[in-house]
Amino acid sequence: MNTVVVAQLQRQFQEYLVSLYQQGFLDNQFTELRKLQDEGTPDFVAEVVSLFFDDCSKLINSMSRSLGRPESVDFKQVDSGVHQLKGSSSSVGARRVKNVCISFKECCDVQNREGCLRCLQQVDYEYKMLKTKLEDLFNLEQQILQAGGTIPQININ
Amino acid sequence: MGMVTESQFHVLAVDDSLFDRKMIERLLQKSSCQVTTVDSGSKALEFLGLRESNESDDPNAPSSSPVTHQEVEINLIITDYCMPGMTGYDLLKRVKESAAFKSIPVVIMSSENVPARISRCLEEGAEEFFLKPVKLADLTKLKPHMMKTKLKKESENPAKEDNAVLKPEIREEEPSVIEILPLHQEVEQEPMLSNNKRKAMEEVISTDRSRPKYNDITTLV
Repeated sequence: MNTVVVAQLQRQFQEYLVSLYQQGFLDNQFTELRKLQDEGTPDFVAEVVSLFFDDCSKLINSMSRSLGRPESVDFKQVDSGVHQLKGSSSSVGARRVKNVCISFKECCDVQNREGCLRCLQQVDYEYKMLKTKLEDLFNLEQQILQAGGTIPQININ
Repeated sequence: MGMVTESQFHVLAVDDSLFDRKMIERLLQKSSCQVTTVDSGSKALEFLGLRESNESDDPNAPSSSPVTHQEVEINLIITDYCMPGMTGYDLLKRVKESAAFKSIPVVIMSSENVPARISRCLEEGAEEFFLKPVKLADLTKLKPHMMKTKLKKESENPAKEDNAVLKPEIREEEPSVIEILPLHQEVEQEPMLSNNKRKAMEEVISTDRSRPKYNDITTLV
């Protein structure tokens, strides 16, 4: 094991992860999520995150359909979708996605179709952005493990 | 002294969201509980062996005697509030109305902070109300409630093993010890690898031996 390489990768990982918090992509709940992963369940975070992104995709599609025709918008359905999305983004620590959901709910409550459409677009953008970021993060993790190192536990306050 | 050879606490988790089920399952496992998850209140009742009406056609149904025929020993039920069909509140009521199961502690989870909802649930007999997202630290509050039922059952019927059809795993290869501690202290069991058995209430992160802790790189955001 090349300890220099491992140390370098670990540093990279740490810096990247911290930046994701600093830029508001992630919040403390992501830290909680990482706590649930251990030697017995090394893929837990990746699995949960993957489930979350699948949910995002599905919900965004169905809400898009509900918002599709101006004369017959099913706001109940949209509200239900936003509620789910807000819940899961909150559980995962996906801060930006969650924040969009808050605005989204407000638009839904007053039956503002235009507002909802804008929020829908934003949610779509945010989850895809986060997905890319986390893919890069998990990639770094893999590189560390392949180089024989361990993934640092980082305390973010 | 209070040394008991113990099977793990078995929790029944109810949530209609797959995502949330996965989360609560892991949280509970990490807190050393055995977990069964179901996606609805009616499935929860079914699992307990408490039938809803008109289900005699189902060949897989457990026998319909309503009183003491409990298929599985459950130490706690944790349920989402908002579910289609039977809500968590409805489930809570059903459990508390049943002679056989009213002693099982019930905890409600919700993503919404509605004080009226919370007090309604607590009044109906819920032990705790957790706001989602549920954290590991929240689950430490469950141990005292589960301990009560465990101790009660041990004293009522020490030979209960024979009656249960499905029994939580009894860890015979690793003699487990429960120390009965005064309130506000807990014992947590690590079923897998480590030897340390006892944790104070504040510390909820399990010792992660293979990962070096970079305490000097604590970074403030």
